Amino acid sequence: MNDMTLMDNTVDTQNIKIAAKDVNVHYGDSHAIKDVNVEIEDKTVTAFIGPSGCGKSTFLRCLNRMNDTIDICRVKGDILLDGEDIYDRRVDPVQLRAKVGMVFQKPNPFPKSIYDNVAYGPRIHGLARNKAELDEIVEKSLRRGAIWDEVKDRLDAPGTGLSGGQQQRLCIARAVATEPEVLLMDEPCSALDPIATAQVEELIDELRSRYSVVIVTHSMQQAARVSQKTAFFHLGNLVEFGPTGQIFTNPEDARTESYITGRIG
Amino acid sequence: MTDLSQSPAGAEPRKHGGSLLQQTSHTKKRNAAETRFKAYGIAAIAAGLLMLVILVTTIVGKGTGAFQQTFVTLNVELLEAKLDKKGNRDLADIKKVTTFGYAPIIKGAMEAAVADLGIETSLKPKQLAGILSKDVAAQLRDYVIANPDQIGQTVEFRFLASGRVDGYLKGRVTRDSIANDKNISPEQLDLVDALAAAGVLEKTFNLDFITGADASDARPEAAGIGVAMLGSLFMMLVVLALALPIGVAASIYLEEFAPQNWLTDMIEVNISNLAAVPSIVFGILGLAVFINYMHLPTSAPLVGGLVLTLMTLPTIIISTRASLKSVPPSIRDAALGVGASKMQAVFHHVLPLAAPGILTGTIIGLAQALGETAPLLLIGMVGFIASNAPETLADGLLAPNSAMPAQIYEWAKRADPAFYERAWGGIIILLIFLVTMNTFAVILRRRFERRW
Amino acid sequence: MPTFWLVALLIALSAVGFYGGRRRAIATAGGDVKELHSLPSYYGYHVALAAFVPAIAALAIWLLAQPMFVETRVSGMIPSEAVPESSTLGLVMSDVRRVAEGLDLAVEQGLLTAREARNAVGGEQDLRALMGDVGVALGNEVRPEVLAAAQTYRNLSHTGRTAMTVVVALLALGGFAWAYSRSHKDFRARNVVERAVLALLILAASLAILTTIGIVLSMLFETKNFFGLHSWTDFFFGTTWAPNFRGDSDLSILPLLWGTLYISFIALLVAVPVGLFAAIYLSEYASGAVRAFAKPLLEILAGIPTIVYGLFALLTVGPALANLFSKGGLLGVEWMAGATSVLTAGLVMGIMLIPFVSSLSDDIINAVPQAMRDGSLGLGATKSETVRQVVMPAALPGIVGAVLLAASRAIGETMIVVMGAGAIAKFSANPLESMTTITTRIVSQLTGDTDFASPETLVAFALGLTLFVLTLGLNVLALYIVRKYREQYD
Repeated sequence: MNDMTLMDNTVDTQNIKIAAKDVNVHYGDSHAIKDVNVEIEDKTVTAFIGPSGCGKSTFLRCLNRMNDTIDICRVKGDILLDGEDIYDRRVDPVQLRAKVGMVFQKPNPFPKSIYDNVAYGPRIHGLARNKAELDEIVEKSLRRGAIWDEVKDRLDAPGTGLSGGQQQRLCIARAVATEPEVLLMDEPCSALDPIATAQVEELIDELRSRYSVVIVTHSMQQAARVSQKTAFFHLGNLVEFGPTGQIFTNPEDARTESYITGRIG
Repeated sequence: MTDLSQSPAGAEPRKHGGSLLQQTSHTKKRNAAETRFKAYGIAAIAAGLLMLVILVTTIVGKGTGAFQQTFVTLNVELLEAKLDKKGNRDLADIKKVTTFGYAPIIKGAMEAAVADLGIETSLKPKQLAGILSKDVAAQLRDYVIANPDQIGQTVEFRFLASGRVDGYLKGRVTRDSIANDKNISPEQLDLVDALAAAGVLEKTFNLDFITGADASDARPEAAGIGVAMLGSLFMMLVVLALALPIGVAASIYLEEFAPQNWLTDMIEVNISNLAAVPSIVFGILGLAVFINYMHLPTSAPLVGGLVLTLMTLPTIIISTRASLKSVPPSIRDAALGVGASKMQAVFHHVLPLAAPGILTGTIIGLAQALGETAPLLLIGMVGFIASNAPETLADGLLAPNSAMPAQIYEWAKRADPAFYERAWGGIIILLIFLVTMNTFAVILRRRFERRW
Repeated sequence: MPTFWLVALLIALSAVGFYGGRRRAIATAGGDVKELHSLPSYYGYHVALAAFVPAIAALAIWLLAQPMFVETRVSGMIPSEAVPESSTLGLVMSDVRRVAEGLDLAVEQGLLTAREARNAVGGEQDLRALMGDVGVALGNEVRPEVLAAAQTYRNLSHTGRTAMTVVVALLALGGFAWAYSRSHKDFRARNVVERAVLALLILAASLAILTTIGIVLSMLFETKNFFGLHSWTDFFFGTTWAPNFRGDSDLSILPLLWGTLYISFIALLVAVPVGLFAAIYLSEYASGAVRAFAKPLLEILAGIPTIVYGLFALLTVGPALANLFSKGGLLGVEWMAGATSVLTAGLVMGIMLIPFVSSLSDDIINAVPQAMRDGSLGLGATKSETVRQVVMPAALPGIVGAVLLAASRAIGETMIVVMGAGAIAKFSANPLESMTTITTRIVSQLTGDTDFASPETLVAFALGLTLFVLTLGLNVLALYIVRKYREQYD
């Protein structure tokens, strides 16, 4: 399957996984995202940074249509995944979200066993034909989530019993289990202590070899540590987008510089 | 890549390398399940609302008839020979004539009316009078005793038609349904048709149903809910006078003063459990304690009020505590800060601010008590006819009476279907009270609701 | 009514006390209010409370205790051989009370002078006929020992009344005088009044405990009497319910319990799926407008008094079912004999419980954190998959609690079953048969003329106690589960 995906990617996308064109988002009367254009590459970690309320999380949630669950939210413009508009009328968000997985700010394991947490996605999408295959997917995902060694002896224990860092890695493993192509992470470390944060950051770096990762963070250090590309949002605008090194050392826009040097934020 | 999504479902582990624009068959199935699930939800809501609609239409459809009643307008000659043989208008003598003695006068009046209108009928005078209520003689006698000077005159009266005749005009009684009915014959119905055509017999608004007293089994047409309404009113007065102060006092203690200890815990557990005790158990308590032990009078609204007070207290306490809790601590701190005692802070500042909430809770508690029936059955507020309206407060509290829901139950148990119409009509009145009270509570809440 | 006047007197006295105390305190301060320790009205409240509270408390306790005292004294007078074979002490005592009451009434109506009543002995006059004249029906002739006991009963009661009036009046005046004498400018009136008010608040709060104790004791006491007359093994384990007012009844709870549980089961079968799906739809799918419209409308069903549902069962649902299933009905079957049946009562009770289940479940579903839903939706689950596989399992304990609460309501419900279920106690699995329940039997055993000495009446208390324990157990369990559930997400 991976070969196939690889082939598709090379043929279809020239390494651009997601392309957003003139995206505008309104929450009721407030204009949350203004004319954002951005291209997110495959097998890269892209960081969205910016002050609170700048729209970075909103934009992230547009990428797998999680905003659909909010009644008052309207999205305009095109977001293309592998060249296909994900807001096309024919697109089923359910299928889209299997392809574009998401990890949330606060670890949110289901009140089920560790095994069932990871097996949930494959089960609903029908990815395994039998128990053996499911076992295999669960193990593979837990390994990719870098938590296999810690939980392999207690797969039947409830996921809610793990520590915060373990829970977040379990959530990453759960997201990975549906074989996504893109992983969206909404401040995945903000609820974790420094050691757990370091573990998750290390994991993100590993995930880059298989997935396109988009991470929202309010920690500039974290963005610098894990990402290759960085986008800076301010008041709903995408101010600057480029290689992480360049954004942090030689920003083009004055606002980016103010933010990085700590004058706004 | 389209090949993949077109491969038969379940044949191979699905991959989602396919185009997003095409739904896989697996997704289609899942979406169908989604639609079904949503439909169950809509069906459940629809079922609930449908029940409400059926209930309301049944009540309105069957109950509105009770507000209309068939009356016969007759000129009655109050024959001196029958009513006051001695002719000296001595009230004692007039009172000696029982209602039985008025029967010939009524028969005569019917005969005269039929003759005046030129209606052909083979009915005998007794059968002619049979279309009138059995209540008529008593009505006539009361009038004569109140106005002895009218004896010998001809007076126009508006008499109740019998329950069967009333039912005929309302469509409840048909010519088919009376085949085995001894109370009315097809000839009498012909007469009714003729009288109705002449305008002597007509269906009009029935104020007596709202203000009147219950009547015995044979006179459904005369039964009203007014006296039972008074019974309910007196019970509500008792509930209000006891439950509001006690409930507020208990809430103030629990919310503002109670220390964290076993006694407080005990009280709280008790209150939440009492709120869920079946109402019939309160009836048993009332019977055992108030009637059997304390020998308070049976069927008295006072006892009903006491029982309902105990039942309503938890509701009032729970809502009062909620509204006390919603007053922010800063108000208390401000009062304490200027040197008020804790008690003063509570009574001068917290309580007035919580008053609308307390009132709302009290009204809802009262509405609940007003509709409660089961405990009233046990303390004897059914099974007899409360015929006279109480005249004094003490009478209202201690004289046997019924209550609206108990009266409705009483009617529902009787054999004559004419009483069922009364029962539905009583429910309309009861519901009007409840809707009014609840609307008032909602308005109160909206009006005074404060967001801190 | 002397008690009424006594209370009126107390109120008047405390009103006088309020102004008196206030005036005296101001006077001691030489008319300068600033000299007082507390605000003037506190001195007034102090006197008013001192005059009113101890007196009214004494009155209440006296009213409660006197009957018990008189009862024990008088019943001690009746020798055990005076109790006829077929009767009990309780029966004789109720005769005694009725004779005493009859004598009082006769005096009131002027048929006897007070002296005649005191000296009345059987034989001279026909007491039974006299009693009949004042509306007290007696089953048999008044026997001398009953008459003697009745005289003592009257004497004790009258003495007690007089003593009570004296004691209450003394207490009120004493309290008044004591408090009035203390109304001095240096007296800390506010502190004393506030302590007294606090005590009153505590008293009000304790009424909840008193009510519970009252419920339990009153039922326990009569239940004990019942088990004195009827074997408890037959009550709990027998299989026949056939009360017979000539005595020798079969009084077993099992057939009633069966009817109760069967009807409750059908009610839950209607209410739980409809209520649960309604709650799911309202909390997970419905737009704000639909929710604002449908939720209050559904809750109207919960505000409708049970008598309305009872009438609906008796006059609408029952006949409609009979139209379908009884002889000559639309389905051409003969499964139903009358309009009352388990199904009639169960269906209507189910309708009543829909809003109960739906609003409880709604609260519980809303308590499941949104993060849980986001996690599931983010993995590409549909809403229904999220609800069925994530939200529901998470909410399950709470929902179980809600269902238990609904079950407790169903078991304790009275009017619907009284009017819709029927009166025949039996074990049958056919929902179209009419059966009876615990609450129905309580009503039928306790309405009309009740005789607190016959097992047929007393059984109602045993039934009531069982019902109380049953519903209390369910409630406590349900509240425990729901509380545990809430703690999990707080």
